[in-house]
Amino acid sequence: MSDKVLMKGNEALAEAAIMAGCRHYFGYPITPQTEVAAYMSKRMPKIDGGVFLQAESEIAAINMVIGVAATGKRVMTSSSSPGISLKSEGLSYLAGCDLPALIVNVQRGGPGLGGIQPSQSDYFHATRGAGHGDFHMLVLAPNSVQEMVSLVFKGFDLAEKYRMTAMILSDGTMGQMMEPVSLDMGEIKQYDKPWALTGTELKRKPNIVNSLYLKPEELEVKNFERYEKYKAIEETEAMYDEYMMEDAEICIVAFGVASRVSQNAIDQARAQGIKVGMIRPITLWPFPKKALLKASEKVNAFVSVELSMGQMVEDIELATRCAKPVLLCNRVGGMIPTTEDVLNKIMEATKVGGAK
Amino acid sequence: MTTQILIAGFGGQGILFSGKFLAYEGLLEGKELSWLPSYGPEMRGGTANCSIILSDTKVGSPIVSNPDVLIAMNAPSLDKYENETVSGGIIIVDSSLISRKVEREDVNAFYIPATKLASEENLAGLANMIILGHAIKKANLCPHENLEATMKKLVPAKKQHLLEPNLRALELGYNY
Repeated sequence: MSDKVLMKGNEALAEAAIMAGCRHYFGYPITPQTEVAAYMSKRMPKIDGGVFLQAESEIAAINMVIGVAATGKRVMTSSSSPGISLKSEGLSYLAGCDLPALIVNVQRGGPGLGGIQPSQSDYFHATRGAGHGDFHMLVLAPNSVQEMVSLVFKGFDLAEKYRMTAMILSDGTMGQMMEPVSLDMGEIKQYDKPWALTGTELKRKPNIVNSLYLKPEELEVKNFERYEKYKAIEETEAMYDEYMMEDAEICIVAFGVASRVSQNAIDQARAQGIKVGMIRPITLWPFPKKALLKASEKVNAFVSVELSMGQMVEDIELATRCAKPVLLCNRVGGMIPTTEDVLNKIMEATKVGGAK
Repeated sequence: MTTQILIAGFGGQGILFSGKFLAYEGLLEGKELSWLPSYGPEMRGGTANCSIILSDTKVGSPIVSNPDVLIAMNAPSLDKYENETVSGGIIIVDSSLISRKVEREDVNAFYIPATKLASEENLAGLANMIILGHAIKKANLCPHENLEATMKKLVPAKKQHLLEPNLRALELGYNY
C-alpha cells in the first residue's frame, strides 16, 4: 500500500483517471469542478501520449470525447451541472453509438445557472437518461476522496465491459474537500474492442460507429438489445454499503455528502438507543433495489437524505413497492442538511413508522 | 477523540492555507481527517472559511457547524460562529481586526492582534500563521516539535523561501 497523501476529491479523481489509463481529457472550466481540468492541464502534457485540451465549450468537449471513444481509447470529460446539461446531446449520441467513456459531474445548485455551492439535484438527469432517447448511464456516487479513486477505476472498467457511458456523480463538497488518500493502482482489465475505429490497414472491413438508423425495424432491435444489457446490469452490478443495518428499524438512504452527514446523525441517534441504520447506494444506476426491498421487510420507515427535492424518494418507493413510508430530509440550493436536521427526521420516523 | 476546528475570515487572509497546515499535521500523525473550504466566487474579499476535523476514528460529515475551536479573523465571523461554538470550546480572536470581546462565558476566549503583529514583525500576509500558532498552543492542537516538519511538507519545493517567514509567524503566535 502506498503512503497516504492529502488531495482534494477533484484532484484525486483526475489522478486516478490517469492511473486508470486515461490519456485523453477534454474539459471546460466551471466551479466547483475546475480543479479536475486544472490538474489534468498540469499532468497530461508530462505523460507519454497524454492529451489535455480545453475545448471552446462544453459541447465541443463532449464531441471530442465521442471521437476518442470511437477509437477505443479511455477518455474523460468533467463539468458541473449547467455544463453537464450542455453535454446532454453528446451523452445521448454516446449511448446511441454504444461507446464507453467517463463523464464527471461535480454537482452545484440549480436549475439554470443556479449557484456554486454543492447539490445533488442532477439525480434525475443522471439516473433517468441524460438526453433524448431510451438509454441509461452507469452512475457512481463516491462519498470519500478514497472512493473517488476506486470508482474512477470501476467506472472505466464497467464502461468498457458494457460499452456504455459511466458517470461519476460527485458534488461540490466531495470535489473540494481534502482527505488522506492512498493512490493505489486499481486493476485495469483489458477488453477486446473489435468495434473500435483503429484503421483497417486494408485487412478487414471498416468499422462504422453511428447512431443513425433510418429503418425503424433496425432501430427497434438496437433498443431492445440495449435494454437486455441494462437488465443484466441491474441484476449484477448494483453496489451499496450498509451501516448499522443489522437491527435497524429505520433505514436512512443517502449517498455522497448526505451519507457523511447521515453517519453522524446515526451515531448520535444510536447513543440515544434509536435503532437506525443506512443503506448507501454507491451505484445510483443500477439502484440497489434488492437491498432496499430486503430492508423493507425489517424496517418500519425509510428516510431519504438528499440535497434535492426528493428525487431519490421515487427510487426508494419503487424499489420497496411502497411497502413502508419514505420520509424526506433535504436541503437544496447549495445548502446541506445538518446532523441535527437528520436527527430530527429520524425522530419523526420513529413516530410514523411505529418503531421505538 | 475528535476535534472540530473552524477558521473563518475574509477571502485573501490565508484561511484555507492555515487550515491546510492542520490537515498536513494530522496526516503526519496518521490521524483521520478532513479539510473542507467554503468560499464565495471572489478571489479576495467575501467570506472564506475552512472546516478541519482531526480524529482517531473515521470522519463522518466534513462540515463543522459546531466547532470545538473557532479561529475568527474578522468581526462577521465572530458574530456568526460565536454561538455555534461548543460549550467549553475555545475561541481565538484577531484583536487587531475585531474590537469586541467574546460575550459567552462558557467558552475560553483568547485574543491576539495577529494582523498588527504581522505588519510590525515584517511578516506581511502571515497573520493567518500567527493566529494559528496561538490556537495550536491554547487548544493544544499538536505537539510543538511537529511544527517545523509539517511546514516543510506544506511549503512546496519551489517556494522554499517562504518556509522561514511562515515558521517564524507560527512561532510568534505560539509564544505570544
